[in-house]
Amino acid sequence: MIDVKNLTKEFGSLKVLNNVSEHINQGECVVIIGPSGSGKSTFLRCLNLLETPTSGEIIFDGVSMTDPNTDINKMRQKMGMVFQHFNLFPNMTILKNITLAPVRTKLMTREQAAAEAMNLLKRVGLADKADAYPAQLSGGQKQRIAIVRALCMKPEVLLFDEPTSALDPEMVGEVLDVMKALAADGMTMVVVTHEMGFAREVANRVLFLDEGVIVEQGDPHNLFYHPQSERLKSFLAKVL
Amino acid sequence: MMVAGETTTAWQKFYVRFYQAFIEGNRWQQYLNGVGTTLLVTALALLLGIILGVIVAVVRTAHDQQRPGHRNPVLGLLNGIMKVYVTVIRGTPMMVQLLIMGFVIFASSRNYVMVGALTLGINSGAYTAEIIRGGLMSVDIGQMEAGRSLGLNYTDTMRFIIVPQAIKAILPALGNEFIVLLKDTSLISVIGGKELLYAARGVVSRTYEAMYPYIGTAIVYLVLVMGFTWLLGIFERRLRASDRR
Repeated sequence: MIDVKNLTKEFGSLKVLNNVSEHINQGECVVIIGPSGSGKSTFLRCLNLLETPTSGEIIFDGVSMTDPNTDINKMRQKMGMVFQHFNLFPNMTILKNITLAPVRTKLMTREQAAAEAMNLLKRVGLADKADAYPAQLSGGQKQRIAIVRALCMKPEVLLFDEPTSALDPEMVGEVLDVMKALAADGMTMVVVTHEMGFAREVANRVLFLDEGVIVEQGDPHNLFYHPQSERLKSFLAKVL
Repeated sequence: MMVAGETTTAWQKFYVRFYQAFIEGNRWQQYLNGVGTTLLVTALALLLGIILGVIVAVVRTAHDQQRPGHRNPVLGLLNGIMKVYVTVIRGTPMMVQLLIMGFVIFASSRNYVMVGALTLGINSGAYTAEIIRGGLMSVDIGQMEAGRSLGLNYTDTMRFIIVPQAIKAILPALGNEFIVLLKDTSLISVIGGKELLYAARGVVSRTYEAMYPYIGTAIVYLVLVMGFTWLLGIFERRLRASDRR
C-alpha cells in the first residue's frame, strides 16, 4: 500500500533518515519504536510529505507522492494523521473541526459530514461534545476528537505521531482503546509511539529505528523477547 | 478691546489670547475642519494601509511557506518587489516620503489631502504588512500541518484555520498602528494638507501667538487618541471574551 524506496532526509548537514526502504501492507498495524532523535517522526511525516524527502520515493496506492506533478492534497485526503499535540482548531466547535475538511474537499455535503461526524463521535463516546470548543476538553478527549477528525475523511491509512506522549498518564488508556478498536477493524495504521505495551499487544509488525536506519524489525513477540542487535537490546533494557 | 497703557490681569490676558486663538473670526471652524480632514486622512490611509498590508503579508507568507522544490517563480518575483517596498518605506523618514510625493511625484496636483492620504497609506502598508505577517507566523505551525494533513489546500487552510486565529494576535498591534497613523497625519501640513495642525499654524501666523493654538491642537489629538484607545479596548475585550467560553 505504501512503498518507501531509499528514503533519505537531511536537515542541513544532519542526516535524519539514511536510505530507508520499507513496505506497509493493507490492513497492517506497524509500530515504529526507537530512541528520540532516531528519525521515527521524520519517517512518518515523510509518508504524507509534511517533510519533503531529500531523496528517495514514496509510493502510495501506486502513485508517487514525491512526484512534483502529483496532486498532494488529493493524496493526503486518503492519509489521515494524528499529532502528538492534537492540533485541533481552537477557533471552531468540535463538529466544525471534524466536518471542515470533508465539506471543503467536496467529499461530503454538510449534512452527510455532520451525520458521519456524529456517528464517529458516538463510537468514541464523545457525542455530547459536538458543540463544545477544544479548550473545554481534556487531553484524552482532544486526542480522541483528533482521531475522529482524521477518520471522517475515510482515509485508507492513519498515521499516528506519538499520539499519547502529551497526555496525562490516566488519559493514555482511553486513546489507546480507540486505536486498538481501529486496528481490530482492519484499519491500516502506522504508529510512532513510546507505548511498548501497545506495540506488543496490537502491532502486526514493529520497526526499530536508530540513527536514521531500520536496525531491526519483526513481529512484536520476537522483537521484544528475542532482540538480535545490541542496539535494540540496550534500548529495550532501558524502556521495559 | 485693549486700551494702551492699561494694565491687564493674568485672567484678562488669558481671555484675550484664547479669544484670538479660537474664537475671533470663527477660527474654531478652521480647527473643526482640520479635525475633519485629519480623521478623513486617517481613515483613507488606514484602509489603504490594511489593503496593501494584507497583500504584502499574504504574498510574503505564501512565498516563505512553499515546499522546497515547488518554488513558484511568479511568487518569487512578487516577493522580491514586496521586500523592496517594505525596505524602502521603513528605511526612509515619513517626512521625506511626504515631501517627495508632494513636490516631486505629484508636484502638479493641488489635492494635497489626497496626496497626503496616499503617502500615509503607502507608509502604513509597510508596517501593517509586518504586523500581519507576524500574526500569521505566530499561529502554531501544527495548525497548518493539521489542515494540510486533512487534504485541505493552502488557501482553505489559511482562510478557515490560520487567519481567524491570527486576527486575535494582530488586533492590538494594529490598533497601535492606527493611533500612530492618526498622529502622523499632522505631517501632511508640510505639503499643504489642510488638517488640524495646518489650521493651528495658520492662526499662529496671523496672531503671533503660538501657545494657545498649539496646546489646543495637542489637547484635541490627545482626546481623539484617548477616545479611540477606549474603543479599541472594548473591542479587544470582546474578542477575548469569546475566547474563554
